[in-house]
Amino acid sequence: MNARKKDSEMTDQATRAAGPVPSPQRAVRDVPDVPKEPVFTTQDLNIHYGDFHAVTDVSMEFGKNEITALIGPSGCGKSTVLRCLNRMNDLIPTARVSGEVRYHGIELYGPKIDPIEVRRRIGMVFQKANPFPKSIYDNIAYGPRVTGMKVDSMDDLVEQTLRRAALWDEVKDKLKQNAYGLSGGQQQRLCIARAIATNPDVVLMDEPCSALDPIATLRIEELMAELRESYTIIIVTHNMQQAARVSDRTAFFTVKVNETTGDRTGGLVEFDRTTTIFENPSDQRTEGYISGRFG
Amino acid sequence: MRQSGRTRVAVDAARASASTLERRGIDVKGELFRAVLLFCVVIGVVMLATLLIYVTIAGWPRLDVNLFTQMPSTRDPQTSGFLPAIVGTIYVMFGVLITTVPIGVSAAIYLEEYADASKWYNRFIETNIQNLAAVPSIVFGILGLAFIVRGPWGLGFVAFAGSLTLMMMVLPTVIIASREAIRGVPSTLRQASLGLGATRWQTVSRQVLPVAFPGVLTGTILAMSRAIGETAPLLLVGATTFVRFLPEGLFEGAYSVMTVQIFQWAMRPQEEFRTLAAAGSIVLVALLLLMNSVAIWLRNKYSREY
Repeated sequence: MNARKKDSEMTDQATRAAGPVPSPQRAVRDVPDVPKEPVFTTQDLNIHYGDFHAVTDVSMEFGKNEITALIGPSGCGKSTVLRCLNRMNDLIPTARVSGEVRYHGIELYGPKIDPIEVRRRIGMVFQKANPFPKSIYDNIAYGPRVTGMKVDSMDDLVEQTLRRAALWDEVKDKLKQNAYGLSGGQQQRLCIARAIATNPDVVLMDEPCSALDPIATLRIEELMAELRESYTIIIVTHNMQQAARVSDRTAFFTVKVNETTGDRTGGLVEFDRTTTIFENPSDQRTEGYISGRFG
Repeated sequence: MRQSGRTRVAVDAARASASTLERRGIDVKGELFRAVLLFCVVIGVVMLATLLIYVTIAGWPRLDVNLFTQMPSTRDPQTSGFLPAIVGTIYVMFGVLITTVPIGVSAAIYLEEYADASKWYNRFIETNIQNLAAVPSIVFGILGLAFIVRGPWGLGFVAFAGSLTLMMMVLPTVIIASREAIRGVPSTLRQASLGLGATRWQTVSRQVLPVAFPGVLTGTILAMSRAIGETAPLLLVGATTFVRFLPEGLFEGAYSVMTVQIFQWAMRPQEEFRTLAAAGSIVLVALLLLMNSVAIWLRNKYSREY
């Protein structure tokens, strides 16, 4: 806690020069063999973009109040799977999802499901920080406003949200200023804050730190560890150390090549507790990727 | 690293050839091409400058208060003005503005945010908007006469009929400019909004349109300045060449506009009326330059946001 407070007082510039970044300290969590209470369950999930078969036969469970990391080389379909969990793939006209995706037991792609309601419960943080070109205050208030949330005091909600996202102390004096004035790391934390302002059940993160420096990355990882107490988090990352540091479970995806047709498709190789994946993987491909031999 | 004998020979040869890097006289073709291009630029600028200077000199004596406050007269060019034409232009342009902007922006939103480009009818609409922008304005005048002044709408020769005719003419410009502006809004912004559970309409109205607004505004002003300088279609839909009274309203009474009044003066044999036409032209050109300047200023003011 002390280390974090110190960080927040330094500017990005100063900390960048401060030398190597210590890895975050976190208590070893007791992760059960299988998620006690799955939030998402996928069964033979297949995703196509037009004729392109992007993801083949993914079956896995995402546990409540756990951080699940999806790792793997480019083109392995990890982001595609992530976007399918809050129906963001609906926005791509050619995308087609088959198989089963259950959210608390409800079929997410059922005919009566409203994708807008889905997205209100399942928030998303994107690769590149994408705050709205509005004030910090309006960025946070946007979600509650558009979803018609009953709010006693928007000021209180904004403050609480920013506090939960550990951003309040840095921005409390400039809530009415444009969010574009913040640093890259602050913008991304603002986007996380924006995503939790509507009090969702799940937060999906698509490579949230790939455009950030190590210090900003560290802050977001600490934030994720705190948010895990209240939310279920699923993160796609290119950074294996990040997956090892923050996640409870890790799913390793890879590109599978059909030997007869030469078609490439993404698929799940191994899904287990993070400690198992990184210390004792059962699949050779996982071991090869973890140890940096391919990918 | 040791070089082989052959490599060393090649390196030496390359070094030796450096002495031939000097210029070998003038590049005739290159200079000629440059001169031709410059000449073309000069033609355009000189023509425009000549026109402006000529009109200014010719119209200067009559660029006075009477021009703006008096009714036109066929007998006394000295006190003749084109107040009804100025008021008529304001009426017509107001009508163009209130019809073109909502229709044009809505069409642009549909084409950019809602239309499924794989459907044949959406592609058909897209192609034809481009085509419509190239239709000669007199054709819109005939259309306006047949369907707006007479025919199904039957508005008669009133200012609003002129507005609707000009609207048809500039609508493609506004749609195309608005589409460009909407397309320029980063998709990450839409995803952020939709990812928070906003509906498509909330995303468009609260995120996309505010960011696209300067571009839409610029396109609208340019379209307005095209409409304000138009004469031919208005002659067909009733912009009377000579009125000595102000238009009664958008929907009643004869009207005139500045371009038509200038045209009418320029057709007269007396020298004084031609001076009057030149003076009117100065006002029109000044107005056009002002509108275009505002458009450029707006574009520069807002273009750095993304």
